Amino acid sequence: MSDNTAGPAPGTPAIELRGVSKTFGEGDRAVHAVDDVSLTVRAGEIFGVIGYSGAGKSTLVRLVNALETATAGTVLVEGTDLTGLPERKVRGIRARIGMIFQQFNLLSSRTVAGNVAYPLKVARWPKEKRAARVAELLEFVGLSDKARAYPRQLSGGQKQRVGIARALATSPTILLADEATSALDPETTRDVLSLLRRVNAELGLTIVVITHEMDVVRSLCDRVAVMEHGKVVEVGDVYDVFSAPSADAAQRFVGTSMHDRPSPDALARLRERHPGRLVTVGVREGASSGTELFRLLREHEVDGSVVFGGISEVGQRPFGSITLELVAPDDRIATFLAALREHADVVDLGTAARPVDDPRAVRAERDPQGEQPDPGDDLGDPYGAARDAVLRHGNLGNFGGA
Amino acid sequence: MNRDWSTLWPLLWEAFGQTLQMVTIAMLTGGIAGLALGLALYVTRPGNLLANKAVFGVLNVVVNIVRPIPFIIFVTLLGPVTLQVVGTTLGTEAFIFPLSVMTAFGTSRIVEQNLVGIDPGVVEAARAMGASSWRIITTVLVPEALAPLILGYTFLFIAVLDMSAIAGLIGGGGLGDFALRYGYQRYNWMVVLVTVAVIIVIVQVVQWLGNLLARKVLHR
Repeated sequence: MSDNTAGPAPGTPAIELRGVSKTFGEGDRAVHAVDDVSLTVRAGEIFGVIGYSGAGKSTLVRLVNALETATAGTVLVEGTDLTGLPERKVRGIRARIGMIFQQFNLLSSRTVAGNVAYPLKVARWPKEKRAARVAELLEFVGLSDKARAYPRQLSGGQKQRVGIARALATSPTILLADEATSALDPETTRDVLSLLRRVNAELGLTIVVITHEMDVVRSLCDRVAVMEHGKVVEVGDVYDVFSAPSADAAQRFVGTSMHDRPSPDALARLRERHPGRLVTVGVREGASSGTELFRLLREHEVDGSVVFGGISEVGQRPFGSITLELVAPDDRIATFLAALREHADVVDLGTAARPVDDPRAVRAERDPQGEQPDPGDDLGDPYGAARDAVLRHGNLGNFGGA
Repeated sequence: MNRDWSTLWPLLWEAFGQTLQMVTIAMLTGGIAGLALGLALYVTRPGNLLANKAVFGVLNVVVNIVRPIPFIIFVTLLGPVTLQVVGTTLGTEAFIFPLSVMTAFGTSRIVEQNLVGIDPGVVEAARAMGASSWRIITTVLVPEALAPLILGYTFLFIAVLDMSAIAGLIGGGGLGDFALRYGYQRYNWMVVLVTVAVIIVIVQVVQWLGNLLARKVLHR
């Protein structure tokens, strides 16, 4: 597309949060959805925010376009301080920030073209310009033939592509994606993620991705913040977080996405089949661990066979590990491992007779939450809470009255 | 004094016209006022677009007080106000005023209930696009709830037709008055039956129109 307005230069801060808190309710019933968060999202990057349901990530992203107002701290979007800004000015800034949603939130009474045109009407574009822009956007997301269809006639993936076209309509410089793929099947998720990658690469938008799926972070994001109980517990390059997660929550999320290291159960079965010395060797970008591994095996005359592992991409760079069974006298294995440790991250799992636990594998398995995070509403969704209350009590408050 | 149908038909025709006039005006004025009141109830409800506890509380209480008043009592209760507004408390015009007021209150609840069914996410999406509250009300809330609103108004039409039957109480005429005076009070059951048949036809036609319209605007 031709028309993307120039945002700030790549690398400069697009979004800055400084000591931001958001509290719902007061006193004993207060919920600290976002608790003293400081973050910088750089222009042009894809920034992930991952956390379980209720971690505060949905509230956090709504502070960026002022759908929620911060209780404390400062929110800067491209240098403009949103805190304390009057509603009229906030609306102007919102037009520069696109947003897509888990449930797509399309207007069911309007066609696909009508939905994409809606933000343009809000921005008071003249009619002819609107039509041209809508056609261009639908072309970009590959839905030109659905312009006159209504949302109910579309699949989930198509709906989200309409959502993306709508979010891009006014040529924003920032796109907020709130669990944008959580309601989609794996294949559709891949399509939508690659579309988001195109939005970032071709149009240069800064994208903030809210998710509970580490796979989304792994395949899409440049940097990631891990949230737990309203706080950011870890933030960094996706590759670094994957290779050396330090916070508990970060380790659990990495464990849900990477299956290259044997779980305790899998390790027990491995030991039954392979009584020799088991070691897990990390494979990283840059480090020549792959080449060195086989050279050192030959050099130290150690027999090695691959028994477990996997190497895939994290942030489009190779990442993973392989687990080997080593057969050789103990002293040769010891010198081999010492030499290998200079080139790669090695975890010694011992032998079937004298096992050693892999600390990473244990951590990844420990928390049962990690297996089934709830993709539902965050704590910070006041509508959700009201909706739940209505559903739970089965009445409509005063609606039925009189 | 039993009249034959050659004199009754013109009277029935006149009553039909009076009922149509009362119901149409009440549906238009009361319907629009009720739409505004219902929207106000919805958007000021805590947690919604223009949440305002005080405004919502007052509106809610007023609606709850007015709606349960039996309409036959409400007409007399509103008498002094009717006198101020219409200039008389007798006749069709004088009856249309309380009918419109009650229609507005009835509509408000129906409008509010239908708006509750709107996905709050859609409202949030419109806010995220920079839409003002007024724009959201006119271009999101009303269009998204249009089909149930049409059905709600259809339902209301029948209630208003029902209320209009007591217009004879203050000399307002209409089908109800016709059936009572020329049928019931003169032991002419044929008149009652014919009037009922006319009312059934009106209701059927309106219901059919309402369903048709609702289906047409329903794209979900």
